[in-house]
Amino acid sequence: MASIALKHISKSFGDTQVLKNVDLDIHAGEFLTLVGPSGCGKSTLLRILAGLEAPNDGRIEIGGAHMNAVRASERNLAMVFQSYALYPHLTVAENMMTPLKLRDLTMLERAPVVGPILARKKYHALMGQVEATAKVLKIEELLGRKPGQLSGGQRQRAALGRAMVRKPVAFLMDEPLSNLDAELRVHMRAELVQLHQSLGVTFVYVTHDQAEALTMSDRMAVMRNGHIMQLDTPHLIYTRPDTLEVAKFIGSPQINVFEGEAANGSVRLAGKALSLRVDPALSGPVHIGVRAEHLLIEPAARAAGLSGKVTYQENLGSDVFCHVALMDGKAKMIARMAAGGGKSFEVGDEVNVRFATEHALIFGRDGARLEVESKAKPEPLQRKVA
Amino acid sequence: MTDTTLSAPARTERVTNFRFSATETLKHVCLILGAVIVLLPFYVMLSYSFKSPSEIMTNTGGFFGAQELFRDDYCIKLGNEVADCMVKPWIYNYTTAFSKAPLLRYLMNGVIVTASIFFIQVLVALPCAYALAKLRWRGRETVFSLVLFCLLIPVHAIALPLYIMLAKLGLTNTYAALIVPWTISVFGIFLMRQFFMTVPDDLIDAARMDGMSEFGIIWQVMLPTAIPALLAFAIFSVVAHWNDYFWPRIVITGTRELFTPPLGLREFKGDADGDNFGPMMATATVIVTPLIVAFMLAQRRFIEGITLTGMK
Ligand SMILES: Nc1ncnc2c1ncn2[C@@H]1O[C@H](COP(=O)(O)OP(=O)(O)OP(=O)(O)O)[C@@H](O)[C@H]1O
Ligand SMILES: [Mg+2]
Repeated sequence: MASIALKHISKSFGDTQVLKNVDLDIHAGEFLTLVGPSGCGKSTLLRILAGLEAPNDGRIEIGGAHMNAVRASERNLAMVFQSYALYPHLTVAENMMTPLKLRDLTMLERAPVVGPILARKKYHALMGQVEATAKVLKIEELLGRKPGQLSGGQRQRAALGRAMVRKPVAFLMDEPLSNLDAELRVHMRAELVQLHQSLGVTFVYVTHDQAEALTMSDRMAVMRNGHIMQLDTPHLIYTRPDTLEVAKFIGSPQINVFEGEAANGSVRLAGKALSLRVDPALSGPVHIGVRAEHLLIEPAARAAGLSGKVTYQENLGSDVFCHVALMDGKAKMIARMAAGGGKSFEVGDEVNVRFATEHALIFGRDGARLEVESKAKPEPLQRKVA
Repeated sequence: MTDTTLSAPARTERVTNFRFSATETLKHVCLILGAVIVLLPFYVMLSYSFKSPSEIMTNTGGFFGAQELFRDDYCIKLGNEVADCMVKPWIYNYTTAFSKAPLLRYLMNGVIVTASIFFIQVLVALPCAYALAKLRWRGRETVFSLVLFCLLIPVHAIALPLYIMLAKLGLTNTYAALIVPWTISVFGIFLMRQFFMTVPDDLIDAARMDGMSEFGIIWQVMLPTAIPALLAFAIFSVVAHWNDYFWPRIVITGTRELFTPPLGLREFKGDADGDNFGPMMATATVIVTPLIVAFMLAQRRFIEGITLTGMK
């Protein structure tokens, strides 16, 4: 277990700058997720941490020790790759034994034929470690097979096993679940979290799947275009995103954005003031973000809120996503409603869209979230847009 | 040889029923004709290696010859009784092949030379191919285009300078002269580089994380995954150097000791009794047999390697 610090990391490939002055502090023993859209530099950051790539600038510390000049294998980290990267010509047991052999045996002892004879005891001990790890991962019966004879999930476990045997100070995982089918992925998520709890080792986990990031991590770092936009617990990232970009990236369906206007400490939407207060100095256009589950859709008869038309309904079984096109513009909103919850609409129905202001997130013109005071707090039942 | 665009509709039909198909028939006729053209010299070689000289001259006796006893003139010259010198043609041909020239010695030379060449070629080509395919360094593309350029240089063009260099070093008439010029195979480097390109980077990174050195990666990770490609290269290399007549003819001038099998064939050419085709063809048969047997054994993997099916 070790804390990890990345300081002012920059990296370019040729002319393209992939990482721009990234700072990241990872606490000992935490499950930290790097999440971001494809190409934002997550893998590159992880590879720099692993020592597989050298940063152009910046400092890497593991457990307080400066690591920039230390070889990948000597950083005592283990990495699990998206493609598993098992040695195709070796059995699972041999795959798991390889890192141990390379670390614990001399060149002569590693030699084929002669080695196992010379260092019988050592080989025995290593095999013991392999078997113990296999037991934890429940892959004992697969030890004799080659990777080609395993299913995706089994390969995944074998790759985990190879990472685990070394007892590294931290695990680095680069989208380890993305080659699995949906069901197995959800299952493996839970297993990885359990594994993290039982090992108590630092996990750095890269994914572009926000659901994985939200469900698994202690803290998550949202990356975009080579910087970390926000580093926080999943709950805070979801409920208190620092910027509109983060708010848009995290959360499915995407957060609804209304265009409002701020003046004299209040925010107006479609000409009506919302019951919340912002910094009086602020004036001009603002973005009002509302999560799908906080959007209320009502029959047009009740004349409060913004009017719109239902364009599409997605029934997910437990929930229904109701897509509404607002009348006044081209803006499209998505509301999440409990299925069979009394209210149901047909495509083409005219409806009213409202939201509870205490759930609204106000973002300035530059996209940064503004602190708001909700006036409606004392009377939460009185949810009126205007 | 066949028109592949014709084959697509025919193939779908073939699976379900065996209707007569003109395109399919045409394809097979073409293929069979091609096979006959390729195999005919082998047929003649094998057939001659069984026949007596008169049968070869008059072109009679079918494939195997009548196998009637005939008089071995050389044996009579040595002063033996005529009755003792009556021999069966195929036995005569093969025994002469082995007795008149030290064919076993030639075969052994062939094995030593081709095996050494292939071994050193692999020793050189794998690290080069790995560096060209998987390491990032300045000038990599330039070096690779040089490799491609070298593929275009015909060996005959540089034979003379090579010979002069070897002669100056005093290496002619040695195994080294037969082996050294071929140890760096640009074709091997190119072939292995193309194969290594298909090996996922993650596998190499995983090996690095496990603590393998770069040379460790080459011999313990890349080599085992590249076996099919290596086999394909082995066949190209071994066939080329086993059958090579040109180069050994240049650098091996005096000692019969160092003759490779193709040089051995010369022993039967144009000696005092005229051409002795029977034993000559027997020698040729003996020389090509190891290659054919090796190909048969490695056929499946060879085809795998040619198509360069990467790893999953
Ligand atoms: N070896 C390389 N040479 C040149 N450019 C590279 C190299 N590796 C990565 N890049 C570039 O760096 C950027 C970030 O790549 P990276 O692999 O870190 O993205 P990522 O966030 O992991 O994306 P994904 O979710 O698709 O895996 C990409 O634009 C990529 O093209
Ligand atoms: Mg990636």
